Formats: sequence, C-alpha cells, structure tokens
Amino acid sequence: MVKFSEDKLKEVQSMIDRYPKGKQKSALIPLLHLAQDEFGGWLSAETMDYVASILGIEPIEVYEVATFYSMYNLKPVGKHVFEVCHTGPCMLNGSDHIIAYIKRKLDINVGETTADGMFTLKTVECLGACGYAPMMQMGINYREHLTEAKVDAIIEECRNKQ
Amino acid sequence: MAKKLLLEKAHVEGIRHYDVYRREGGYAAVEKALKMEPAAIVEEVKKSGLRGRGGAGFPSGMKWSFLAKPEGVPRYLVCNADESEPGTFKDRYLMEFLPHLLIEGLIVSSFALGSNRTYIYIRGEYAWIVGILEQAIAEAKQNGFLGKNILGSGFDCEIYVQRGAGAYICGEETALIESLEGKRGNPRIKPPFPAIKGLWDCPTVVNNVETLAAVVPIMNMGGEEYAKIGVGRSTGTKLISACGNINKPGVYEIDMTISVEEFIYSDEYCGGIPNGKRLKACIPGGSSVPILPANLLLKTAKGETRLMNYESLSDGGFATGSMMGSGGFIVLDEDQCVVKNTLTLARFYRHESCGQCSPCREGTGWMEKILTKIENGKGAMSDIDLLWDIQRKIEGNTICPLGDAAAWPVAAAIRHFRDEFEWHVNNPARCQTQNYGLAHYADPIHVPA
Repeated sequence: MVKFSEDKLKEVQSMIDRYPKGKQKSALIPLLHLAQDEFGGWLSAETMDYVASILGIEPIEVYEVATFYSMYNLKPVGKHVFEVCHTGPCMLNGSDHIIAYIKRKLDINVGETTADGMFTLKTVECLGACGYAPMMQMGINYREHLTEAKVDAIIEECRNKQ
Repeated sequence: MAKKLLLEKAHVEGIRHYDVYRREGGYAAVEKALKMEPAAIVEEVKKSGLRGRGGAGFPSGMKWSFLAKPEGVPRYLVCNADESEPGTFKDRYLMEFLPHLLIEGLIVSSFALGSNRTYIYIRGEYAWIVGILEQAIAEAKQNGFLGKNILGSGFDCEIYVQRGAGAYICGEETALIESLEGKRGNPRIKPPFPAIKGLWDCPTVVNNVETLAAVVPIMNMGGEEYAKIGVGRSTGTKLISACGNINKPGVYEIDMTISVEEFIYSDEYCGGIPNGKRLKACIPGGSSVPILPANLLLKTAKGETRLMNYESLSDGGFATGSMMGSGGFIVLDEDQCVVKNTLTLARFYRHESCGQCSPCREGTGWMEKILTKIENGKGAMSDIDLLWDIQRKIEGNTICPLGDAAAWPVAAAIRHFRDEFEWHVNNPARCQTQNYGLAHYADPIHVPA
C-alpha cells in the first residue's frame, strides 16, 4: 500500500499551504512529483488514487493531469533514466550520434529499459540547455556537452552507485 | 562593450547569496519603490518602454495598466519561468546565477500591482533551480524584504515557487494559469484576459522572468533613463541565448543597437562559426520565428544592415524578415540540412500541442509525417505544396499561438529553402548520404532600385 511517511506528509501540507483556502488542487502537480519520487519512480493507479484522496479530489482529476505532462512516468522505468534531447539545437550539435551511441552501448532502443532494470533511454523535446548541447536529463540534473567518453563515464558512475 | 543592466554582477563571487547581492547594491529598488505610490511605479515602467521579454514583445507597462482592481478581490502576479522555446535558455541563466535580481523585481512588481501572493511557475525540468530560488526567497524574508509589513510599509507579500511537469504549452499565459490551478495545460479562450479573470478567476498579470528582472534597473535609474538605451521602440537591454553552430554559445546581454553580423562574428559575442564553416541560416528568436537564409539575415531586403532589435529583425515582414521573439538565437552552418532541422521542430510542436484545437492537433502530426517522408527520400513534389497548404490552415485557426508557432517555421523553410526540399524529392538516394549544402543562400540579393 502506498502511504507517505509522517515527514513527507508535513511536506505535503506545506505544499497545500501555498494556496488560498479551498484551492488545494493547485498542489496536484508538485504532489505528483513527490509521489513519483517516493513510490518507485512512476505513478501507478494506486498512487494516483492516493494523491486524489489527500487533496479531496476525484481520481479522474489526477489521471487527466498525470497523462498530460511528459515528466510523469505511467509505467515502471529503470533506476537511472537517460532523457536525451533531440530537438533542433541539440540535433545541430550531434544529438543523433549520442542517442545512437547510448542505444549501442546499453543494447536497448529508445523507450526501453535494460534487462537488469538499471537504465531507461528516452528521447525528449527541448530542455532549455541549447547552448550546452548535446545534453540529457538524469534525475534532477542536466548532463551537458555530451561526448561518447562522457556517456561512458556517466554509465560507469551509475553502475558504481549500486 | 555594451552596457549591462541585468548581468553586470553575474560573475561576482557569491552573488547568489543575499549578503553579497545586498552589498553590491541589491534591494535598493525595493526600498525606493515602497516609498512610491503603486500607480507611479506602473507609470515608470510605461515610460521605460519595456516590452515583454518572453516572446510577444507587448509593452509591459500597458499590460500592467489593464489589471482590474475590483474591491475586495485579491490580485495575483505570476512569473512565467516555463522557458521552453527551443533555442531559449536565458531565464535559466538569470535564475541560476542572479536569483535575487528576480526576487527583487518580483517584490517591486508585486507592490506595484497589489499582489500579496506571487507565484513563480518554473518548468519542471529546471528542478535544481527551485532550490536556488527558494533559498533566495528565504534570505529575502529573513532580511525583511518579504513577509508581513515589508520595511514598515504595511505591504505584505509572499513568493512561492511552483514546478511544472513538462509541457511547452504552459508558457502560454492562460495554460500556465490552468496548470497552476492543478489542471491540464489547456489554453483558455480570450477574452476574458487574465488581467480581468486569471488565476482562480481573479485579476492576474503573467510576466516573463527577464521582464520582471528588468523592473529593477528601471526602478533604480528611472523609466526615462532606461528608455534612452537601445533604439526606437526597442528600449533597454535584451538577453540573447545563442546556440547552434557557433564558437561561443551562451547568454549575452546586448543593447539593441548592434548588427546581427557583429553578434555572430565578434569575439565579444558568438565568436563566429567553428571550423571555418560558412553561415547558411539562422533562426533569430526561438524556434517559432521564421528561419532566414544568411543573405536575408545580415541585410534586409532593402539592403540595409540588419540589427539585433525588434523592428530590424522583423523588417520585411514574414516575406523577408523574422522576429526578435524570445531571443533564442540558433545558427546553422553550411553542413546543416534545413529539411532535417524543420522536421525536428515540427516533431517538437506535434509533441507539445495540447490537442484542444483540431487544426493544431491534427496539422502538426501531418506536418511531421510529410517532413519525415521528404527527409527520408520518400517525398513527392506535391508533398511540398501539401505541407504549405497545411501550415496555412493551422495559422490563425487555433485558440492559442502554438498553432502559429508550429506553422511559421515550416512556412519560412519552404519560402526560403524550397530548392532544398525539391532536391530531396529529386535525389531520394543522395539525400540520405549527403546534404544540399550552402547553395546560393549566402549570395548577395539583388535589390531593384
């Protein structure tokens, strides 16, 4: 069963307190981020229903938001998610090559997770790092000016974190 | 060296922290503003000629003056930090390195507009910047610049940071408001405008990060002095985020009198194009604005030097000009393929369409499919005309400007680079291994007398 810890529930309350009384639905998007981080990196129906119950809104209101925004995962993902940008400015600086390299290196296609559950590869649209291209997002951080050697080092770093 | 109003202190060590920012003269604008009448601040911003830095370029003072003030109803200021236009990363830089400048601008603006609860809506991917902003807010509060009765003025204000979750459309102000209310980012039909009915149906002003930061120098120097910088209706300074095929990608603050050529080639800015390559094309104001071939970029169709400002960049309209937009400056060298570049942008808009309006929802998908065909050597000549036809049917037929933003790059690519599209159709095998190259795109244009 999904349930926030007491500490996290305090965080939830401070999120709700940012809005005027009765407008607690505004906390939905930050709350879904928190839930995704807490409950396995993705939003199951159970997690979404739990979030609905906290905010006192209908589950459908949560589903329609969760399916709209690209940062919410609606199915399980690997421990480390590589989100590589492939929009214009990154493409001009070789993002295609970086994506092909990661695919070869991890032996997966875009949208897939490695058999050991360690890595998921995704392509994403512009993340606002065009001057530092090619780049990808990993967790809350950006990895910029990617090269093959940098990708190797990042994969190594993730494996060592085990 | 151009005058810097926003980034002057960006490299001062520790400027992210209150003590250093304050020592460097920070928060003087708040001290000054709180002694003024709110209406007088709005007047200063009007006089400054400041135009919205998010892309549309609407006069900010005028936008502020539209804010309704019904008795007993709260008003809100929302800072649009949902920077998502491909090529644009200036707000990120400003928030990351000068968070207090934004907070200071927000306090002054909140006071001018009467907002006691102000929100910064930041794109979800800029997750690490949330902490930087919240730290700055906490420091400002500890020092009496936020909270109750700021500096004894009787004015109360709190600033909150709200993270989005990945949606370009939330940069559109009514979609942003929907998202801030915890909903899908579907733009609203206007009118009513947010100034009348915005966040939780209350009067609301939504301004870009750079716009709100610019309120600080306007306060400090006065609107009239600010308006003296720049040229014509392009007053003050503008942040340009430069990327693509240039030696020195990054964020630059320019006063809007320099030429596009100087911006690309001088060492103070982009530092020219790497590996001795030649300039083929440029998207000067973020991915939505028309792409221009080198010859039309550096000089207008009239043969005049093109400058980095609102008027000059749009000189010639869409036939031969482009737009200042958000200041996302994307440079393409001679090795780049315009069809491929246009395809990535079409894919972006298909991905980001909210799906409310059929012309945008369906049209962006069709454009991506047709461009994919042409790029992969499977296109027919009629596909180019079909593409033109679709973009025309999207433009102007949607609730919000995302439809236009998706149509313009495709239209401009066909308008100026049609021979490159035709070359793909005529050379299905060769276009898979080779690029069309620079062709004649850098050649001088003959201007009839």
